[in-house]
Amino acid sequence: MRKQAIQIAGFAAVVAGIQLLTSLTGNVYHLTQLTMSAYYSLVVLGLCILTGYAGQISIGHAGFFAIGGYLSALLTTHDWSAHGGPVVSGLAAAGILARRPDLYGGELLSVHPWPACILAVLAAVAVAYAIGGPVLKLKGHYLAMATLGFGIIVYRIVLGTALVGAADGIYDVPAFPLLPGVAVSGNSSLRVINFYVAWGFVILGMVFLMNLVRSRVGRALASIHGAEDAAEAMGIPTARFKLKIFVVSAAFAAVAGVLLTHYNGGIGPSESSVMKSVRYLAIVAVGGMANLWGALFMSLILNYLSLRGYFGSFDDAVFGVILILIMLFAHEGLLRRQLLDQIRGAVIRRGGGDDP
Amino acid sequence: MTLLSIRDVSRRFGGIQAVDNVSFDVPHGAITAVIGPNGAGKTTLFHLISGFLRPDRGSVVFGGAEILGLMPHQIAAKGMARTFQQTRLFPKMTVLENILVGRHLHSRGGFVACMLHLPFTRREERAVREAGREILEFLGLSGQADAEAVRLSYGQQRMVELGRALACEPRVLLLDEPAAGLNMRETAEMGRLISRIRERNVTILLVEHDMSLVMDISDEIVVLSYGQKIAEDVPSAIQRDPEVIRIYLGEGDA
Repeated sequence: MRKQAIQIAGFAAVVAGIQLLTSLTGNVYHLTQLTMSAYYSLVVLGLCILTGYAGQISIGHAGFFAIGGYLSALLTTHDWSAHGGPVVSGLAAAGILARRPDLYGGELLSVHPWPACILAVLAAVAVAYAIGGPVLKLKGHYLAMATLGFGIIVYRIVLGTALVGAADGIYDVPAFPLLPGVAVSGNSSLRVINFYVAWGFVILGMVFLMNLVRSRVGRALASIHGAEDAAEAMGIPTARFKLKIFVVSAAFAAVAGVLLTHYNGGIGPSESSVMKSVRYLAIVAVGGMANLWGALFMSLILNYLSLRGYFGSFDDAVFGVILILIMLFAHEGLLRRQLLDQIRGAVIRRGGGDDP
Repeated sequence: MTLLSIRDVSRRFGGIQAVDNVSFDVPHGAITAVIGPNGAGKTTLFHLISGFLRPDRGSVVFGGAEILGLMPHQIAAKGMARTFQQTRLFPKMTVLENILVGRHLHSRGGFVACMLHLPFTRREERAVREAGREILEFLGLSGQADAEAVRLSYGQQRMVELGRALACEPRVLLLDEPAAGLNMRETAEMGRLISRIRERNVTILLVEHDMSLVMDISDEIVVLSYGQKIAEDVPSAIQRDPEVIRIYLGEGDA
């Protein structure tokens, strides 16, 4: 427990250090990509617990991200002021619909970001429940293909639906007022606070998942990964546990989708593309599969490099190649615990330790 | 008193009648062994009892309730634990963690409670770990608690698997060839361990090849051949049964 608190505190210090470094060197604009990396990291962490720990692969997580992001974007931008009637005025009176100025100086009546966010995440959770039941009966390549299929379906729906802007996506998404004075927004005056908000969400998610991994449920998930029949014989309802962790994982992706959409002020179909799902999976793999910290650091670094454009036009290819190389040469992940232990052991030996 | 009652259980795989109308009772507190040559249907019978396979017909009554048609985890929750012929330890988990999975049914923390690390899950985790260490002490494996389970010697891995099943605090424990792959010394040790488990008031049903082990520890022996029960008696009588001698030693060779 103490070790976990130290790790979290250390990571918070790294986050604060990055902010100070960018401010002191006058590179505050880097915080924008680092904030976006944080939200993508939420997806990665959720996928890490599902694939790395519970052993259930998903190549469709961009789909859950998109359901969250698109639904929140749609609800908070769709204008109801032209629609009269008791339902609309009732929702407005209840604060669910709120008036705000639009880009052109007019006024717009749309769903407040809070109820929109809750609805969007619930929708993603409901979809995860619905497809998780049948899909999680599959194993290995078949599960991978089924989740891939789900991701493609979401992508094609988003791309082909005029209501959500088809190829243009949805823009003019308002800021998300989290607390008085704190809003998730891409406004450059809120850049520093948004950097901390985003990484605050990541740290919160990290605490939740680290608690889970070390718990009864975490052991049950790892046992499903290790030997499903033996887990079942220990009284673990494997199908139910797989479904629940799938839903938890989808909820992480959906929350990330909602928050990043409000931060960016919009969302486009590329967020639901298969290559995004591949990217998340590649990061989990290179992070060491069952290694939350590995996934988090890899996500921070690779997403940041990608968003800063270091991979140029090879952006998607980089992640595809990473995934292929990991599957070929280190299919249990790169930064896995055993490897780190071996390195540590070698260093201790060389340093004159007496323990072989 | 009968704890587990198997009635007319049958299962066919394609053209092979793997288990054919088998009936017997497992008395409370006893060690009952199922023996028979390779392919006699012993493991299939175990899978049928523990819910990993569905029988074509028959009935399995455990503690007064029908358990046929239940999922394996539901049967486990009713107090039946089992081991596997090929050890099925959880890789990448320590010996202690493997045992702790066996405490699943005796703890309640769900996804939300565990994520929030609530005070009750903390208390529960302490109790679970204490029970796990007690089991390791019983097995004499306390020194290996933090070793990766799959790196232990084969004999010790079998003990861990048995300890994991024991951690479930089952009313009946199904052991599928507990001595398979063990040397003579390890087999004798396993026999002593099984007898000590019985002293913990656990009823035991085991499938076994090793005759010396079965004859030493069993109270009652059921003999299967080609899916059918051909004998059921105490060890001393089974040893003298001409039919059993014939199927074990082969016709004419004896």
